[in-house]
Amino acid sequence: MSGHPAEAEAMSIRRLDPAAITGVMSREVANFRTFWKATTFSSVLEPVVYLLAFGLGLGATVVNRVDGLEYVEFVGTGMVATAVIFSSALPAMFGTFVKERFQRTYDAILAAPVDVEELVTGEMLWIGIRAGFYGCFPLLVTMIFGLDPAPGMLVVPAFCFFTALGFAAFGIAVAASVSKIDQFNYVTTLVITPLFLVAGTFFPIDGLPEGLQVVAQVNPLHQLVELVRHACFGFEATDLIRIAVLVAFAVVMWRIAVRRMSTRLID
Amino acid sequence: MSVGAIELHGVFKSFGRITAVDGLDLEVPAGICLGLLGPNGAGKSTTMRLLTGQAIADRGEIEVLGHELPAEAKAARAEMGVVPQLDNLDVDVTVEDNLAVFARLYRVPDVKAAVERGLDLARLQGRRRDAVDELSGGMRRRLLLARGLLHRPRLMLLDEPTVGLDPQIRTQLWSLIDGLRTEGTTILMSTHYIEEAERLADEVAVMAAGKIIARGRPAELIAEHAGQQTAEVYGPPQRLAEARATAEAQGLAVRPAGPAIAIVGAERARDGAVPEEAIRRAASLEDVFVLLTGEEAE
Repeated sequence: MSGHPAEAEAMSIRRLDPAAITGVMSREVANFRTFWKATTFSSVLEPVVYLLAFGLGLGATVVNRVDGLEYVEFVGTGMVATAVIFSSALPAMFGTFVKERFQRTYDAILAAPVDVEELVTGEMLWIGIRAGFYGCFPLLVTMIFGLDPAPGMLVVPAFCFFTALGFAAFGIAVAASVSKIDQFNYVTTLVITPLFLVAGTFFPIDGLPEGLQVVAQVNPLHQLVELVRHACFGFEATDLIRIAVLVAFAVVMWRIAVRRMSTRLID
Repeated sequence: MSVGAIELHGVFKSFGRITAVDGLDLEVPAGICLGLLGPNGAGKSTTMRLLTGQAIADRGEIEVLGHELPAEAKAARAEMGVVPQLDNLDVDVTVEDNLAVFARLYRVPDVKAAVERGLDLARLQGRRRDAVDELSGGMRRRLLLARGLLHRPRLMLLDEPTVGLDPQIRTQLWSLIDGLRTEGTTILMSTHYIEEAERLADEVAVMAAGKIIARGRPAELIAEHAGQQTAEVYGPPQRLAEARATAEAQGLAVRPAGPAIAIVGAERARDGAVPEEAIRRAASLEDVFVLLTGEEAE
């Protein structure tokens, strides 16, 4: 089995090598094949439950229309952002911590010709693709409840993908910064839940106090909520800025995640 | 002239106030199996991580297969295989998928052929579609070894390759490692099992407190540090204490050996320094290890 240097020398050793990144993603795909049913089940059922509770329950008894939309449409389109953050930030946080601390997966990968930047990028891309897919489920479920299909909906997976990249990187960076898994509670309580609540999913943000409105405007989830609603009911010129914000969020979080993971994984 | 596969010069690595590697100098010529023998905490695993670029030295120079580390660590890793001390396989994934993922990470052009080769090497053809979780400990170690060989590396780093395995499985793995050595792969194998080093290594380097304190072929190390003969004395503690005092009075080295004491260099003993009832045997690498490190061997 020894002494075949040509095989190794032929490979690319450049930065951000696509072969390394797809190799990391192929590991994620191999693992995902073992648990996709449970993930898909919850991704479909969760929006149904939320739509029944908020869209039909609250919508039928308390709120009828919001911002000119049926409440079920308002919540259903907003739920896309909820699906994205819960299928990106949380799996990234827990998955990264478990792989680093308990499964020692990263020790194995970094013993191959893969560096931390490629590792983080591969994991972010996979989570982005997954969340781009699962993020569309609330929209599909809302169609059952009466939302009309629109051509703009075809770009929703792309919006979900870019948002999920940022939140995946956020989750990876958090996992690389905590010493115990319990510390995720601080992050979910102090960061994820507030972001989720001031995204404009369940109520319009213009009813919030002024300070919270400012927070909402810099909240990537709010940008996603607005983009999805506009994809369903008509785009606006300001949507280009929203897309730019999501891309910038993903890039900044990517660099932070690479930095945090390098500190964590390289002694 | 042999080409150095691994060269470390004046390498230091600390973790806070703990110095794991303390001015390490180590050269491993291509084509040999070097056993890095040392007690727990000697710095063996840190040395392995320095060689893969997963740890960065505070000071010193490291070159692996002609690549300077840490700058060229990725290129060096492309030509080396690693078998870690702790199992890090994906347990829910099938045997063949575990291999396929790493064939891709190592950029092997023909992934399918590499997987078949890995399955043959690990002797797991019949278990290819089983999840790793369903394999025995020995099968998992064979799979780890095969995973590290998918890209036909020139250098293998084996970090305690048989730790925690029962003797029968250990012997199976030894034959696999011996096969690699025979085929010319350079092997650096850290271990704290004396027998493993004796059986597999062309040369042994004894490491303690982050440094190499002795190095040579096993027979040379034994001759240099332990002489020809060791006498083991059994008996009650008081008798052992008397025997120790007598032997040490003659300048002989004495070490604990479980319930007994071992008088090393017994062939040089005079005037009853070795009790008549002592069991004489040929000096071993274990004697060298314990004398040099002060630790009981396994």
